[in-house]
Amino acid sequence: MRHLLLSLLLLFAAPAFAQDLASVLTTHRNQILKPSRQTIGPVIEALAAAGPEAGPVLEAWADRRLGLVDDRFVILDGETARDAATGAIVPGEAKALKPNSGVRGLISAALVQFQLTDPDPARRRAALEAIARQPDASQLQALREAAPETDPALAARRDRLTRLLTIGYDENPEARLAAIDSFGSETSADFQAVLNPLLATRRVAAASLPEDANIAEELSPGSDALPGAEAYALLVDAGLAPPRPGNAEVKAVLAAHLAEGQVGGVPVAEQSDPARRDDAYAALAAAGTVAPIATAEEVTQALETHRFADLYAEPNPEITSAARAALRGMQTREGMAQAADLTLDALSLASIYFLAAIGLAITFGVMGVINMAHGEFIMMGAYTGYVVQTVIVDRTLSLVVALPAAFAVTFLAGVLLYRLVIRHLAKRPLETLLATFGVSIALQQIAKNIFGTQARPLTAPAWLEGSISFGETVSISSIRVAIFVLALLFLGLFLVIMKRTRLGLQVRAVTQNPGMAASMGINPDRIAMMTFGLGSGIAGIAGVAIGLFAKVTSELGSDYIVQSFMTVVVGGVGNIWGTLAGAALIGGLQKGIEVLNPGNTLAAQTWMILFIIIFIQFRPRGIMPQKGRAAEA
Amino acid sequence: MTRVMTGLLGGCAMMALAGAAWAQDDTIKIGVLHSLSGTMAISETTLKDTVLMLVEQQNAKGGLLGKQIEAVVVDPASDWPLFAEKARELISDQGVDAIFGCWTSVSRKSVLPVIEELNGLLFYPVQYEGEESSKNVIYTGAAPNQQAIPAVEYMTDELGVEKWALLGTDYVYPRTTNTILESYLKGKGVAAEDIFVNYTPFGHSDWSKIVADVVALGKDGKKVGVVSTINGDANVGFYKELAAAGVSADDIPVMAFSVGEEELSGLDTANLVGHLAAWNYFETAESDANAAFIAEWKAKMGEDRVTNDPMEATMIGFNAWVAAVEKAGSTDTDAVLDAIVGIEVPNLTGSTAQVLPNHHLTKPVLIGEIREDGQFDIVSETEPVAGDAWTDFLPESAVLDADWPGKDCGMWNTQTNSCVQVQSNY
Amino acid sequence: MFIRKNPSVLIFLAVLAVFTLTVTLMSEAYGSGAVPTSMVKTLGKTLCLALAALAMDLVWGYAGILSLGHMAFFALGGYMIGQWLMYARTGEIVAATLANAPIPPTPTEISDGIAGQIFGVVGSAELPLTWSFAGSLPLQLLLVLAVPGVFAFLFGWLAFRSRVNGVYLSILTQAMTLALALWLYQNDSGFRGNNGLSGLQNIPGLTHVPQSDLSVWFLWASAAALALAYLLAAWLVSGKFGSVIRAIRDDESRVRFLGYSVEGYKLTVFTLTAMICAIAGALYYPQAGIINPAELAPIASIYLAVWVAIGGRGRLYGAVIGAVVVSLLSSWFTGGRAPDLNLGLYTVKWVDWWQVLLGLAFVCVTLFAPRGLSSIIDAVKGFRMPNRRGRDLGPDLGALREKEAEA
Repeated sequence: MRHLLLSLLLLFAAPAFAQDLASVLTTHRNQILKPSRQTIGPVIEALAAAGPEAGPVLEAWADRRLGLVDDRFVILDGETARDAATGAIVPGEAKALKPNSGVRGLISAALVQFQLTDPDPARRRAALEAIARQPDASQLQALREAAPETDPALAARRDRLTRLLTIGYDENPEARLAAIDSFGSETSADFQAVLNPLLATRRVAAASLPEDANIAEELSPGSDALPGAEAYALLVDAGLAPPRPGNAEVKAVLAAHLAEGQVGGVPVAEQSDPARRDDAYAALAAAGTVAPIATAEEVTQALETHRFADLYAEPNPEITSAARAALRGMQTREGMAQAADLTLDALSLASIYFLAAIGLAITFGVMGVINMAHGEFIMMGAYTGYVVQTVIVDRTLSLVVALPAAFAVTFLAGVLLYRLVIRHLAKRPLETLLATFGVSIALQQIAKNIFGTQARPLTAPAWLEGSISFGETVSISSIRVAIFVLALLFLGLFLVIMKRTRLGLQVRAVTQNPGMAASMGINPDRIAMMTFGLGSGIAGIAGVAIGLFAKVTSELGSDYIVQSFMTVVVGGVGNIWGTLAGAALIGGLQKGIEVLNPGNTLAAQTWMILFIIIFIQFRPRGIMPQKGRAAEA
Repeated sequence: MTRVMTGLLGGCAMMALAGAAWAQDDTIKIGVLHSLSGTMAISETTLKDTVLMLVEQQNAKGGLLGKQIEAVVVDPASDWPLFAEKARELISDQGVDAIFGCWTSVSRKSVLPVIEELNGLLFYPVQYEGEESSKNVIYTGAAPNQQAIPAVEYMTDELGVEKWALLGTDYVYPRTTNTILESYLKGKGVAAEDIFVNYTPFGHSDWSKIVADVVALGKDGKKVGVVSTINGDANVGFYKELAAAGVSADDIPVMAFSVGEEELSGLDTANLVGHLAAWNYFETAESDANAAFIAEWKAKMGEDRVTNDPMEATMIGFNAWVAAVEKAGSTDTDAVLDAIVGIEVPNLTGSTAQVLPNHHLTKPVLIGEIREDGQFDIVSETEPVAGDAWTDFLPESAVLDADWPGKDCGMWNTQTNSCVQVQSNY
Repeated sequence: MFIRKNPSVLIFLAVLAVFTLTVTLMSEAYGSGAVPTSMVKTLGKTLCLALAALAMDLVWGYAGILSLGHMAFFALGGYMIGQWLMYARTGEIVAATLANAPIPPTPTEISDGIAGQIFGVVGSAELPLTWSFAGSLPLQLLLVLAVPGVFAFLFGWLAFRSRVNGVYLSILTQAMTLALALWLYQNDSGFRGNNGLSGLQNIPGLTHVPQSDLSVWFLWASAAALALAYLLAAWLVSGKFGSVIRAIRDDESRVRFLGYSVEGYKLTVFTLTAMICAIAGALYYPQAGIINPAELAPIASIYLAVWVAIGGRGRLYGAVIGAVVVSLLSSWFTGGRAPDLNLGLYTVKWVDWWQVLLGLAFVCVTLFAPRGLSSIIDAVKGFRMPNRRGRDLGPDLGALREKEAEA
């Protein structure tokens, strides 16, 4: 509808300005066809100045709807193409122009003048966003002069932007200081983004510092902030001291003065010794053939006679100190927010580990059955989710179907594995471990054969995309929150099944004393099978959750299997609270180490495993060891 | 036990005999050394199919030197030592005249000593970290100055990026590329604290902290850009987390060097739209040769298959080899190597690729923005750039040059005018 | 006496000798050339794997410690010898280069040059501390034994001291190898990260010797190491030491109550086998040519257990047979040489299905033939497991208590 109106308007308004717009388009034709952010500025300005009907042209250009039919610029609207200048429908095959995102940013900035007072609030918001992305001095004027905003949310946004731009670009220092004050104790990123450039410094070395310079800090050479060598390098760069040649240069000089097998009286053969090389160079210097290397005293003297300082680019000291004070005030709050964010991350990782390990806590922890194919059950769950999603397009519905489907598939697989393999290896844990390894190898390869080695997508429904934020720094993606909730849910489910149902009672009885349980009329074999199925089923659901936040590959399970076993073992076998504690410990630890070493995520994993190995040496039964009769089994 | 052992021995002997019996004289044999199983299979199988398609086409045109070309396919199974073993088998047992293969740097490094020892000929079709020029390898993929450097230039010039996050998977290609980029950026006046480098393991999935760190970079008001050398599956989680954090390509553009059509096919690309990739070829490139190539590929492999940059590099390598063999009139390695330098073959983007004396190619640099359908909008394209084996942005490499026909040396020090070494570093 | 009690040792050594001689006589370097060099290399490597399997059999089949980390020691041995191979070879190249310059190089320049060459590829030019001894072959050979030995000793001491047993120990050893692999994957740890050490087949000082000769030399070295280790292992398990470790496998508490230092015995076996694995690795990687952290991924150690289980644990030759058969079959199936199996509806491509077959075979062996392939030999010899009725006596089926009591 909007486009239609615009084009109608264009048709009527055309005669007055069309000539102008058309001529601008023709003049800058080549640049519009192949725009570069570096050079397109004047063209956009010229277009923007060509009158109100240039707005739609610019807008179309930014949206990649500006095209070309036989050398005529057209605006594409679905299947129809209209001449950019006259609005007449142009037949023929149109080829759309594809400006890059840098150019698109400039176009949006130029569109601000058209959009800031547009009747459509969405376009006014777009204009404000364009300013926020690429602020510059000219927009401050535009913001202040624009007609008052009626929408309260947009008005607040515009007011805020105006203040931010005032800090950066206003001529009047008073206004800038007032704008800084107006933000109070805010820690938001855009405010920081305006303050930080004010505090940009450059390092200078000079015989004396200029009177009017806004000095951030005067540095003394040899301190931590400015080591002696760096200070001397500054002097050399400023042309205030002669450079000192490095080893390679010395060697080149020596080679250049090589004569009759010796340099400066030192035979070449002896020059594999660094001390003799120095001798040779000193001899050359003494003979006056080369410039002597500055001695240590000369260097010290040069450093002492010069002054070194960091200077602010911003000349007004009042503004820099206000900015510095504002930023310093933020530091503690920022630190706390970051700590909170980290805690959330750790909690999220812990819940992922917990979810991956909870099935294992049942099969291994309660039943004492080692199942190395547990990871492959997680993978099967994830692939089930993927298959369901290919059949059912609606993401929410497919998720609702996938969760029980994954449970069913892996429950069956678990029961099958129990009946065929594990039951025959009862009481022989090492052999169970090996046999399930065999199953795990086979399952992984089968998954590769069916689904290929490439990662398969498992996409979360729209309501699980995005993130939940508390302030600017503390935020966590919704899918992780969902996993956290799911983990809690399963903790509850586990407790209910174990403590409140007949199955749980029977499981506990069989675990403690199978013989006695059997004589009370419980079928231990059936109970063990059901328990194993339950544990495997939960692994399947965990697989769907893990697939949602990461990816689905045939190696998904093996990524988690060692960590899952660690979680159960560290926590203490046979105790779900122990598993929870284990997951929290491992998740927290990994995030903690990542903070200490932000450049290298692998290191965090290595140290975490090392820590666990050592931890188990000291508490072989885990954080929460099993007590009483069951502990001996 | 004795029986088992004798049986085994017999088996080994049989295998050896069978190997010898394959050798025939009426065909020209080429080896295809791409993983058909294991983690790299998904990428490399495509290249195997590409070579087979090219061989078919060439044979249909009447073969080479009047003989048919026969492709010997082996599977090194993504196992690096196995690459060396299979390369030896191909050259010494099968007697192939050229090998088309390898993907990862480590597989190439594994094959190098064997190729150099047996004087074989390898066409390596993937973009790589440079710092190498072997007498026996033709590098048909991009060197850093044909992908990484132009991509970063684009980000500075066109996107106005001032602060850099170099994220990579922890292996040699990202490491070397990032070292080169760091050095390049510092040379352009970017301060050390404006470059954030992070390495993650293969298949990394926990991206929340790293994405938060990248977003936090923007707090000092500079435009942040990400250069991603993240490999394979790990990309999925990375883009998901980025989108979840509400970061769009307009806020923080991500330039990827390892994400192409093949990687995007079958993925949900909604989170990736607008982010960038730098290659020397995109399927959307407009040229007649490309249209024909795509049509042929789809006819052979199915409509849903895509083409990508390493496939184009494989094609260029194959055509250059064919042209060189025809020029030399022989498949002898030294004769082909002499003939191949200077050979010009058309690429799929409308220009030509020339084999340079340093055994690299001239290639145009294309920047693409990811579209909803997993294809790329080409937003920038340069004239063909000459591949530089030794980067100009690291002081110890800047003085090095490779010139095989002229100086017979892959590591020529231009300052001392001497050959540093003839064999490659492994 | 020892040989008379263990006739299998003699047979084994004879077969090994015949095998090595046959391969030599058929090799390209010293014989007819019927076996190509690449095959000689494969066979040499297989012998190294057999050596590692032998160690695994000692620690698992005899002492009952299911270590899922022994390939870590294997790889560590490879890394240690690889350091010298790389350093010395690069040293030769750098020295030759610098000798061309007018001014002779200082020792620092040479070592800087070597560091630049080795680590230039991963974007660094400093020689890490871990490479301090890389220049010296004797020291680095010592490290081949010392590093895995000390590592295994420390790990074993900590684990056995706190009575970590059974599956816990297995998982812990798996975590150990994973941690080590992750550490080596990092470039910062100074072992060239994912690239690992490469070009190891070029032996410094022997650059003039063609690979066809070298491959035979390494075959002989591997065969000799396997023979010696087999003798050592057979001697160990035939004596009192062997009885005690088998007793520990079958009932650890009882042995402890009888007054034996269980921890001491276990620690000895664990460390010794780690060192045997390291030797195997040190011989393996110069033949393979490249070592990188993927070699010590947990799955590698699991395969080691698979070989021993399929070959038959508790039998020294069983381990060797298992390693040789399974690894050769593996390379045959994955090498694309096995013909596809056409089932009408579906064509089985062995490249894809071999792993499945291996996994299922493994399950079947554990379920139905706990003594693996060696039970075939037992059947030939008319040797049967005593048929015990009633409940299981010990944790492990491989036990042969009654037969042993007679001997």
